[in-house]
Amino acid sequence: MARYFIRRALSLIPTLFVIVTLSFFLIRLAPGGPFAREKDVPEFILQNLLKRYHMDEPLGKQYLRYLGDILRWDLGPSFRYRDLSVNEIIDKGLPVSMTLGVTSLVLAVVSGIAVGIISALKQNKWPDYVAVSIAVIGISVPLFVMGPILQLFVGMRWKILPMGQWISVHGIKAIILPALTLSFPYFAYIARLSRASILEVLRSDYIRTARAKGLKESMVVWKHVLKGALLPVVTYLGPAFSGIVVGSVVVETTFLIPGIGRPFVQSALNRDYTLIMGEVIVYSVILIFANLVVDLIYGLLDPRISYK
Amino acid sequence: MTDEVILQVRDLKTYFTVDEGVVKAVDGVSFDLHKGETLGIVGESGSGKSVTNLSIINMIPNPPGKIVGGQVLFSGKDLLKIPASELRHIRGNKISMIFQDPMTSLNPFLKISTQMIETIVLHQGLDKKAAKEKAIEMLKLAGIPAPEKRIDQYPHQFSGGMRQRVMIAMGLSCNPEILIADEPTSALDVTIQAQILELMQELTKRLGTAVILITHSLGVVAGMCDTLCVMYAGRIVERGKTDDIFEDPKHPYTQGLIRSVPRLDKENADRLYSIPGQPPNVIDLPDCCPFYPRCEKAKDICKKKYPPVTGFENGRAVSCWLYAEETK
Repeated sequence: MARYFIRRALSLIPTLFVIVTLSFFLIRLAPGGPFAREKDVPEFILQNLLKRYHMDEPLGKQYLRYLGDILRWDLGPSFRYRDLSVNEIIDKGLPVSMTLGVTSLVLAVVSGIAVGIISALKQNKWPDYVAVSIAVIGISVPLFVMGPILQLFVGMRWKILPMGQWISVHGIKAIILPALTLSFPYFAYIARLSRASILEVLRSDYIRTARAKGLKESMVVWKHVLKGALLPVVTYLGPAFSGIVVGSVVVETTFLIPGIGRPFVQSALNRDYTLIMGEVIVYSVILIFANLVVDLIYGLLDPRISYK
Repeated sequence: MTDEVILQVRDLKTYFTVDEGVVKAVDGVSFDLHKGETLGIVGESGSGKSVTNLSIINMIPNPPGKIVGGQVLFSGKDLLKIPASELRHIRGNKISMIFQDPMTSLNPFLKISTQMIETIVLHQGLDKKAAKEKAIEMLKLAGIPAPEKRIDQYPHQFSGGMRQRVMIAMGLSCNPEILIADEPTSALDVTIQAQILELMQELTKRLGTAVILITHSLGVVAGMCDTLCVMYAGRIVERGKTDDIFEDPKHPYTQGLIRSVPRLDKENADRLYSIPGQPPNVIDLPDCCPFYPRCEKAKDICKKKYPPVTGFENGRAVSCWLYAEETK
């Protein structure tokens, strides 16, 4: 198990190398550049800028220089936010995005599984219909609709919770609305996923055996159904985790939250090369580790899987 | 085997409602089970064998299935009427069941010990340590080598035959009065089949457990069962002592079944006999003998009315117009 973990962690290095290389050259292929403006920049200023950011060097040299920099975890200066380095932007924004993401994911997993269990056990009765309807709404209503609706009613009309901005301004209650908004589609998906897989397990032979042994239905569900039925949910957690952190762009914008989602989108539009690269690296690491953790949880849940 | 009747099934009817109509999977089944008896139920796939036995412990998935009539009397109580909590006390304790496919009948996510101990703790009120000892003892009886070690393993570490041994050990761990074995060997290969049947026979004899053995193999029945029920389209068409039935099968269906078993003791170079036709579709079956389209001895009356039960000596009973008088 420990060896498996180390091996997987080491495989991070070549994976990241490929990601860094591909993204480095791909963004250079995109038209425009960090200093392209509506108004032409005088030639000598442009030359100075290019020199300042080493962009007058051949691309290969720039690439090697960048590789050297990131080995020292120096992600370079932002091309657009002149007084900030990429490291500073990420150091400031990542904890915010992670707090929001983890809160949303925990919310989505706990409520999603609970609703999934209830609707599977009450299949085709009214609790199931209610749950399935909510899940369909959750999957089909986009974040940029859900967020403003919550802001309008809870924040503006009823004035129960702050409409926007982060913990630093409003305290812990600032997290509630954005986390609700962000978790909703994930909650809905997890609810549907766990409902379907619980229903499948409930029909399996080993559940028939458990019932034939005289176990109470509650015991059958807790002890015999859930472990197997939650495997697909666990599988989904890897992509969900990175998705929920990346997907927070809309929510961060709607609720004016100083995370890293918004700078990411802005950096792509601005051709802020170093910031794009920095964000890509951060997200890749998150995704790879999320998947690794999921694989490890998988091994704990299913005795048929062993890691060598 | 004694004369004491421990289980009486009376006119049991289990129907399934599907889009096409009502499937009368079990339609008026009655039989008695004596203490220590081994009763065989044979029939083709879909004849209602398994549904009969799931109905006995009231485990028909509802919907779509429903037990619409009849009684299952066990120690003076109708198992179809008692509250769920009382029924749970009987399941796995007084009446336990083992199933066809040992590969899927054990929970792959839980250790054998967990699965065995939970039954023993639940029904016998032992603490976990004592229950584990009991479980190890049962595994040893069931012929599992090194049970102290094997008990802490997971089902996927056992072969199919070994898993069925675990199921048998688990089924007998609370010393039940009745063991229902639903095609316990159909999913196993032939050499293992013989071992498992022998084990079941030996253990149930030793513990005095009555067995209901569901199978579609007449060979298995001949070797193990004291009495035999032949099912066709949801009803018992012939029942009696196994030896009597093999010696002189009365119902044309039973005759056909016995003729279609390959015999090693007879010089016979001919093609093996098979009953012509297919089992009937049991959706909305009219009130006729469901076997008449395949029957070589069919008469006019067979198409009009289901034959009544004709009794013979030694507890023999047959539902066929060949033996019944038509009452008008």
